[in-house]
Amino acid sequence: MSELLSNKEAATQAVVDFMTKKSKNKSKFYFNDFQDIFPDDKLREIKKVVNKMVTDGVLEYWSSGSTTMYGLKGAGKQHGSEGEA
Amino acid sequence: MAKHETPLLDQLESGPWPSFVSDLKQQAEVRAKNEAGVEFQMPQDTVEDLLGVLELSYKHGRTHWKHGGIVGVFGYGGGVIGRYCDQPKLFPGVEHFHTMRIAQPCGKYYKTDFLRALTKIWDMRGSGVTNMHGATGDIILLGTITPQLEEIFYELTHNLNQDLGGSGSNLRTPADCLGSSRCQYACYDSNALCHFLTNNYQDELHRPAFPYKFKFKMDACPNGCVASIARSDMSFIGTWRDAIKIDQDAVNKYVENDAAYPANAGAHKGRDWGQFDIEKEVIALCPTKCMKFENKTLKIDNSNCTRCMHCINTMPRALRIGDDRGCSILVGAKAPIVDGAQMGSLLVPFVEVNADNDYEAITEVIENVWDWWMEEGKNRERLGELIMRQGFQKLLEVTGIKAQPQHVAYPRTNPYIFWKEDEVTGGWERDVVEYRKHHLR
Repeated sequence: MSELLSNKEAATQAVVDFMTKKSKNKSKFYFNDFQDIFPDDKLREIKKVVNKMVTDGVLEYWSSGSTTMYGLKGAGKQHGSEGEA
Repeated sequence: MAKHETPLLDQLESGPWPSFVSDLKQQAEVRAKNEAGVEFQMPQDTVEDLLGVLELSYKHGRTHWKHGGIVGVFGYGGGVIGRYCDQPKLFPGVEHFHTMRIAQPCGKYYKTDFLRALTKIWDMRGSGVTNMHGATGDIILLGTITPQLEEIFYELTHNLNQDLGGSGSNLRTPADCLGSSRCQYACYDSNALCHFLTNNYQDELHRPAFPYKFKFKMDACPNGCVASIARSDMSFIGTWRDAIKIDQDAVNKYVENDAAYPANAGAHKGRDWGQFDIEKEVIALCPTKCMKFENKTLKIDNSNCTRCMHCINTMPRALRIGDDRGCSILVGAKAPIVDGAQMGSLLVPFVEVNADNDYEAITEVIENVWDWWMEEGKNRERLGELIMRQGFQKLLEVTGIKAQPQHVAYPRTNPYIFWKEDEVTGGWERDVVEYRKHHLR
């Protein structure tokens, strides 16, 4: 595991920065996009760290039912816009 | 009286087949009467609104559903599919109508008290409408609202010991046939393998990191009752390596039309098919012509048998699967979207199915395939499409499996074989002096 990925704070910040930088164009990202942030790491290692960010409330899943994407929590379309609390 | 007039849906009930419209109307009535005194946690008239929005879609010729969303339960990236109606003022009962996928038990074995408990939860916290089972094999619960998701999840996991299934870019809920729990043809215990893989790959089931969906299905014999060869990215089909076991006395009982030995185990006896004819019904139908019946003796050239199961199915009391059993692994089946539908391609002709070592021969193949697909697969690209794009040879390379005749679907239709330098004796370099000794310029 790379130094960046093994450092929780730095990894989280890198993900947030990456997503924020691209937030003008999109709010949801494919899992493969994380490879751009952690190019030296195996995807299964990246998965563990990224999914921890979901349980920590930094990221959230968006699913169409067939495909799942990741986004910053609160970014893009939310439950509220569907009339939900 | 129904809440919404549904003349177009009513017409669907007039056909010769059972109609889902009748089922929904029945459910709407049950909820309206509420004789069981259920404390409904979502609108009581949700099913009536469901019928209403469907009627409107027929009228308009377009859907009024939106699907997808952020809904889910804590820590899980699958199992819930958000559904919203785009006409909430007309149909407030289905404004939110999320689907939940629940992992079905292996072999779909249920006890009635489990089914009662499941429907009790769903009647209270959802619409009461189910799909037993969805195409993936899961129990599908159709229609609930976001605040009820965690409640349902808690009750399922704590009271029924049942988990959510897979959806999205996850491993989908593995599905299997009844296997050796009931079937004499089973070459391995498909229930045990399905249960093991479900537990072993919990992370892949619930935390999405694949390029797209990935399905496991297990058929314990080549009859393929769950059609894993067509329905799963990785299919485990039971097979055997030794000879089909023959009881010659029983073969002759079939030939003599003994009533205790009905062909096909009596499966088609509702019609008079005439006398059983072993030549016509077994020998001539063998796809590789590897059988013959002479002097009251059935002979099988097992080296040419493709395990089609036809002879065994036709004379089950006379022929049995061999004793050296395991499974074949096929990969890459998928439904259309990109490139059209594909059947699975044989990757591993035979592998042992050994619970004692945690099926290590199987998990090794699975994880090698996943590592490749996760690394190389494009977003929303199924394994079968990646195999088409990069080639079956690449798959063999990443899984460390040597090419075998069984990998060749159509021999000699393609004369080109791409050798790599390390596969050729002496590599690409040659001794020109030595060469010129035998070949003049």
